[in-house]
Amino acid sequence: MARRLPKKDVVIIGLGWTGSIMANELTDEGLDVIAIERGPWRDAPTDFPTNYMQDELRYRIRHELFLRPDQLTFTFRNKIDQIALPIRNWGAFMPPNGVGGGGVHWNAETWRFLPSDFVVRTHLTERYGASFLPDDMTIQDWGVTYADMEPYYDQFEYLCGTSGTAGNLNGQIQDGGNPFEGPRSRPYPTPGQAQPFGPTLFAKAARELGYKPFPQPSGNLSKPYVNPLGLRLGQCTYCGFCEWFGCGNYSKASPQTTVLPILIRKSNFSLRDNSEVIKINTDASGTRATGVTFVDTSLQEWEQPADLVILSAYSMFNVQLLLHSKISQPYDPVAGTGVVGRNFTHQTISSVNGFFDNKKFNFNPFIASGSIGMCIDEFNGDNFDHGPHGFVGGAYMGQVQTGARPIETTLVPPGTPKWGAQWKKAVRDNYLSTVKPGTGVHGSFYSYRDVYLDLDPTYTDRFSRPLMRMTIDLHDNEIKQNRFMTDKFAEIIKAMGANVVDKQYRTAPYDITTYQTTHLNGGVVMGADPKTSVVNRYLQNWDVPNLFVLGASAFPQNAGYNPTGTVGALAFWAAGAIRSQYLKNPAPLVHA
Amino acid sequence: MRSAGEGMPLLRAVACAAALLFTSALAVAGESDPQDFTQIKNGQYLAILSDCGSCHTVPGQRRFAGGRPIETPFGNIVAPNITPDRETGVGAWTDDEFDAAVRKGVRRDGALLYPAMPYNAYAKMTREEVVAIRAYLNTVEPVRHAVVANTLPFPFDIRTAMRVWDALYFTEGVYKPDPAKSAEWNRGAYLVSGPAHCGACHTPKTLLGGDKTAQYLQGSKIQGWFAPDITGDKARGIGNWSIAEIAAYLKAGHNQVSAATGPMGEAVSLSTSRMKDGDLNAIAVYLKSVPGRQDTARPLPADDPVMTAGAAIYRDACSACHMLDGRGISELFPSLAASSNVRSDDPATLTRVVLRGARSVATAAEPTSPGMPSYAWQLDDAQVAAVVTYIRNAWGSAAPAVSAQDVARERSQLASRPD
Repeated sequence: MARRLPKKDVVIIGLGWTGSIMANELTDEGLDVIAIERGPWRDAPTDFPTNYMQDELRYRIRHELFLRPDQLTFTFRNKIDQIALPIRNWGAFMPPNGVGGGGVHWNAETWRFLPSDFVVRTHLTERYGASFLPDDMTIQDWGVTYADMEPYYDQFEYLCGTSGTAGNLNGQIQDGGNPFEGPRSRPYPTPGQAQPFGPTLFAKAARELGYKPFPQPSGNLSKPYVNPLGLRLGQCTYCGFCEWFGCGNYSKASPQTTVLPILIRKSNFSLRDNSEVIKINTDASGTRATGVTFVDTSLQEWEQPADLVILSAYSMFNVQLLLHSKISQPYDPVAGTGVVGRNFTHQTISSVNGFFDNKKFNFNPFIASGSIGMCIDEFNGDNFDHGPHGFVGGAYMGQVQTGARPIETTLVPPGTPKWGAQWKKAVRDNYLSTVKPGTGVHGSFYSYRDVYLDLDPTYTDRFSRPLMRMTIDLHDNEIKQNRFMTDKFAEIIKAMGANVVDKQYRTAPYDITTYQTTHLNGGVVMGADPKTSVVNRYLQNWDVPNLFVLGASAFPQNAGYNPTGTVGALAFWAAGAIRSQYLKNPAPLVHA
Repeated sequence: MRSAGEGMPLLRAVACAAALLFTSALAVAGESDPQDFTQIKNGQYLAILSDCGSCHTVPGQRRFAGGRPIETPFGNIVAPNITPDRETGVGAWTDDEFDAAVRKGVRRDGALLYPAMPYNAYAKMTREEVVAIRAYLNTVEPVRHAVVANTLPFPFDIRTAMRVWDALYFTEGVYKPDPAKSAEWNRGAYLVSGPAHCGACHTPKTLLGGDKTAQYLQGSKIQGWFAPDITGDKARGIGNWSIAEIAAYLKAGHNQVSAATGPMGEAVSLSTSRMKDGDLNAIAVYLKSVPGRQDTARPLPADDPVMTAGAAIYRDACSACHMLDGRGISELFPSLAASSNVRSDDPATLTRVVLRGARSVATAAEPTSPGMPSYAWQLDDAQVAAVVTYIRNAWGSAAPAVSAQDVARERSQLASRPD
C-alpha cells in the first residue's frame, strides 16, 4: 500500500541534465519542486575524485556509474519475427543512473543540429522527391525549427561554458569554424580547445583535400569560466578520462558543475534519491496526471501527488514509464497505429584506425579529452548532394583524441595475431603512433516502421512488470551511408600519412554487444500531429497536458551529431514554454 | 490632532506586558524593548557580527537552542540555549544578567563562564549593544531544550578556578578608539577585537588557554586546524592581500588566493558573508595594520631530496587543479604559490587538507563550493611530508620542512576526529 506524501507543485522524474535544468527553471518561478531519482546522489568532489577517477577497470569495464541490469534491463531482438532475450551485460549503450545521469559520464561533445535536420522530411522531399526515401522510413519534421531553438542552444552552451569556434555568426561565415552550422547569435562562451598533434595533422590533411576542419565544440573547457548561475569551471587538463568517468576537476560541464550547487540550496527544491518511479498516476478520465508512485530501497511504495509531472529520465525509461503508466497509445508496427515506442533510433558509428611509422609519428595520445579534436561537416545532414549516392542522412567525422586508456587502447594492424609475443610487440610498436579516432564517423540513424520499443511478452522486472523490448536493426540506407562516410574518412586518415588504414564499417545486423554510443533516441517523439507524435512541439503530452517528457526520446529521428546539445536546448525550450505560457493557463499549448 | 504623548500610556502598557512575558523586565530607556524595531534590527546585525549562531546552534537544528559541543584543549563545553524560553533558555534573565554573561563571563547564578564564551572579546561592546542583541534574541522562536553546559573533566569542571583565569587574562572595558587612526581603522579594530572575536581562533594560546597578547592574531591550532596568521606579515599573514581581496574572502569565502573551509568556512557562512561591505573593508584595513612577526624562514634548497620527491608528487597529484606554477584558478582552486596559510609554522591545516580533503564554503557570491579529495589512502607519511614540504618551499617561498613523524601524528589525531 503506497503511503501518500504531501502534494507538491511539480514532481520531476530523474535528475540528469534535463531534470536539473527544468528543476532550476521552475524553482526560479517559485514553484515547490521535488525530484525523484532512481540512483544515488553524486557530487563532483566526493564521487569523482581526481585521485581515483582514472580507473579504467572500475568505470569502463565494470560500469561503476551505470545502471545495474539486475535493477532494470531490456530485451533485444533485430527483427519483428524473432524472440527477444534480456540484455544481461550492457554493450551497445550504457544506461545512466544516479544524480547527473548521462551528464556525469558524457564526452561533452556539444553540437547543434543543422537547420535542415529539424525539417528533414520536408527538406529531403523537396530536394529529391518523395520516392527518394525508402518506403518504410518514418522520418518526420520536428514541429520546431532551428530558428526556434537557437536561443535555447545558446542558453545551454552558456550554462556549460562550451568551448568552440563559431562558423556562422548571425549569417556571416567565420574562418576556422563549421561553415555548415546554423547561424548562431553570439560566439561560443569560451574559445575552441588547443589541439594536440593528431587532430592538427588531421585538420591539415582535411584542408588539403578541400574540406573546412574546425575544433569540435566541447564541454571540456579551454579556459576557466563562470556560468550565468555564478558557478565556476576550471580549464581541462586533458587527462583523457571523460567518457565513462565523472570529472572531479571541475572542467567538464555536468549538472554537478553547472546547475546542482545552486539547485540543492534552494528551499523550494527537494530530492529523493535511490527511489524508482514505477508509475505516473492519472485521474479517472486519464487526461490528468495526479502525481507519481515510487519505491524506495526498503521496497516501501510512496505516492507523490503533484500538479505538474516532468518525465526527464533517460530516453528508454521515458518510453517505458509511459507504457507502464498506460499514457498515450502504444505503437503497433503491424497495424501502423499508436505512438509510444515509435521512431526508436540510435546512431551509425564507425571508425578508421590509421597505423603510422612509429619512428616518424608520436601522437602522444595521453593528451586527451572527450571532445578534443578536429572535425569536418561536409558530409553531414544534407550538406552535400545525395542524389548520386542513393541514401539520405550523413555524419560529421573527426579525429577526436579521447584517451589512451590501457585496457581498450591496444590497437594493432590487421593480420596481427590475437595474442602472444607478436601481439604484445605490435601493441608496443603502435601504441603512440596510431590514430584511433575517439569519434570517427558519427552518422545519423533515421527512423523506420520496424524499429521500435514495446513491452516484452515474456520477461519481467523485479516488480513483475514486463521488460521493455527493443526491436532494432540497421537498414540499407544507414549501411550505404556508413560505407560512403567511412571511405571519405579513410581518405583523410590516409592523407595524414598512415601506412595502414583499417576501415571498421558498421554492418548489419545491429550488434547489441559492442559499444557504439549511449545515444538512443525516440519513442516519445515530438511533432505537430498527435497521430505521429506523443508530445507536442513544447514536449507536452497530447493526452495528459500536465505531463511534459524531456530528453532525446523526443527526437523523431537521429541526426549525425551527439544529442546532448539538442537535449539541453529542448529542456530550456520546454521550460520557457511552461514558464511563459503553461503556468498562466495550465492547458494544452497546442491544439491539434 | 493628537499629540504623540496621548498614545503613550497604552503603548507603554503593551510594551510592559510583552516585556513581562519575555523578560520580566521593564522596558525603560537602556533596556531591551520589544517595541523598538531599531534596537532589534541593530541586535540582529550585532548577533551576526558576534556569530552567536555558530556555537549556540547545532547545525541543521533550531537556531540558538544550544547543545553544540565546543571543543577546547581541556574538554568539551556545550553551548547553552539562548532562545527566550523561560525555563531552559534566557527568557527569564534580566538585561543586566544577560549583559553580565556576555561581557563579564558571569552566569545568572553568579558562577563563572568558561572563556569558550569569548566574553573577553565581547567586553569591547557597549551595554547598549549587548542589550540590543538581547532584544533581538527575545524575538526568535523560544525552544524548550535543556542543555548541560559543563562536560569538562576534573579539575576543569570547577568553575571557581575561572577567577584565577579572569585575573590573568580578562580585562573589562569597552573599545577605546585611537584618535590617531581613521574612523575606518577604529571600526575594524573594534570589530576584530570585539564582537567578531577573531582572536578566539587566530591568537596563540597559553597553556591555560589565555591569549598570548604579544602574538596577537599570529595564528593558533584549534580543532584540528591551524587558524592562520591574519596579521599584516607578508610571509605568513595576509600582508600581501589587498583590502579588496581580504573583503572578498570574508564576503564570498573565496578570493584569487584562498578559500575558506572548516571552521572558517562556517564563520564565513554564518557571519562574515552577512556583514556590511563597509565593515568588511574596515576589518581589512585594520588587519593589514597589525604587525606580524619580523623573522623570516630560510627556504630549503630545490635539490634537497625531499624537495625533489615532493615536486614529483606535486606534479602527479596536485598540479591538475593547483597548476604547475602553484597559482591555481582564481576563486576556484587556491593558489598555493601565493597562500601564506600553507607556510604557517604549524602545518596542521595543509597536512590536514592533504590527508582529509576539504570543501570550501558556498556563499551567495561564490556558490560553487569546490572540493578536494583525500590523499590519505594514496600517499604514505613520507610522501605527504615531501609534497607538503615542497609546497611550503616552492615558488620562491620558505617554511620549515615537515617530517614524516609530523604527518603520522596528524594522521593519528585526525583518525579520531568526526569532523
